[in-house]
Amino acid sequence: MPIADVKSEVALSNDEILRYSRHLIMPEVGMEGQLKLKAARVLCIGAGGLGSPLALYLAAAGVGTLGIVDFDVVDYTNLQRQIIHSTADVGRKKLDSAAEKLKAMNPFLNLRTFETRLSSENALELFRDFDIIADGTDNFPTRYLVNDACVLTGKPNVYGSIFRFEGQASVFATKDGPCYRCLYPEPPPPGLVPSCAEGGVLGILPGLVGVMQATEAIKLILGQGEPLIGRLLLIDALGMKFRELKLRKNPDCPACGTHPTVTKLIDYNEFCGIRGEEKPVTETGISEMQVEELKRRLDAGEDLFVLDVREPHEYQICNIGGHLIPLGDLPKRVNELDSSREIVAHCRSGVRSAKAVGFLQQAGFKKVHNLAGGILAWADRVDPKMPKY
Amino acid sequence: MPRIQVPTPLRQYAGKQAAVHVAGSTVGEALSSLVSTHPDLRRHLYTEDGKLRAFVNVYLNDEDVRYLDKDATPLGEDDTISIVPSIAGGKI
Repeated sequence: MPIADVKSEVALSNDEILRYSRHLIMPEVGMEGQLKLKAARVLCIGAGGLGSPLALYLAAAGVGTLGIVDFDVVDYTNLQRQIIHSTADVGRKKLDSAAEKLKAMNPFLNLRTFETRLSSENALELFRDFDIIADGTDNFPTRYLVNDACVLTGKPNVYGSIFRFEGQASVFATKDGPCYRCLYPEPPPPGLVPSCAEGGVLGILPGLVGVMQATEAIKLILGQGEPLIGRLLLIDALGMKFRELKLRKNPDCPACGTHPTVTKLIDYNEFCGIRGEEKPVTETGISEMQVEELKRRLDAGEDLFVLDVREPHEYQICNIGGHLIPLGDLPKRVNELDSSREIVAHCRSGVRSAKAVGFLQQAGFKKVHNLAGGILAWADRVDPKMPKY
Repeated sequence: MPRIQVPTPLRQYAGKQAAVHVAGSTVGEALSSLVSTHPDLRRHLYTEDGKLRAFVNVYLNDEDVRYLDKDATPLGEDDTISIVPSIAGGKI
């Protein structure tokens, strides 16, 4: 299904013909296909794990216009997987870093950068100037936003997502195919699915899945092969197993069904149950303790019980001598805790320990506090020699 | 025996297993057996009123059971049930 009509003014220079010779000598691409690639406009949402290989390969392949949407800054922990960025780029805007590498890779590229957070206010207008949208985002609200905007503007959504060592890939929102909401009408409530920062991710995984997304985008542009329309590819990197599930277009889908109720973009944070940006933990009635207070009270010899709810392999990286009960084991090991003692729970950054405190409070513990910022805050403000991870 | 593939985010509630063999002549029976053996899984798969959560899809081999017979879909010896939750990578 060819996406871009080849505009008559698109042509290839001698340099481009040489550059793309390995494409041109294949009948599946040829001059006609390469001209389609040059005429095509692909918008990449995100220049991170998935966006890195995606954008690099699309640029290499000769996609004429590439748009990138990202408002983030390169962080040291990104370098384990976001291969478009290098050590020297830490602290720099991801857009600037990505733009530099992409133009170096292919000076013929027409690159358009959008330093903005994709939102209901700008998505429709942004999408209109492109033919294909590649979703490389890292959160549920944006996934639904991208999907709905694709359905409303009639642009295919080349989808990829990852978690730890598993990934998913598909092509949503084509005219006759399913959309993301056909598969997942509703998002999970926040807190039920861990993020990469909490769950971790195998560095190579977004590479694997991102290139699959690039492959699908190129196939759609060329009108070659069988795209992942109506197919959900499940990738298990540890087993190196690939499975495929059938996806059907849901006639009752609120976005792309026969009687759609999604006629405009909504507040996706609300849809996903996220009330604000950084909801302070104290709003939910959980008592917080700062790391300085914990240090002071421990040094003074006070009888505080430090509960570490991280995993054993994290304890090995660094610890403050707490009693280790991983969060998942807490329900069955709660009898190891003495509710008459004052307990301070901590994890890496304060998210898991907040859940632990909530659980213990519900179980009747009255003197429990969450160590705000977790062991990361301890390393920042109390013990700078402690490694951060 | 039919088996259920447990997706990564839920393995911690299923004794860290990637696949579990369960008895059952229908998809519903097999899932019931799964959450009885691993009660921590229940709230991740089902709402308070016992309905399968909307962000979790259940497949029998490669077909979504929504388009078969849902819980009543018959289960054969060599069948595989897959639980496929939505994942987004990165931040929640």
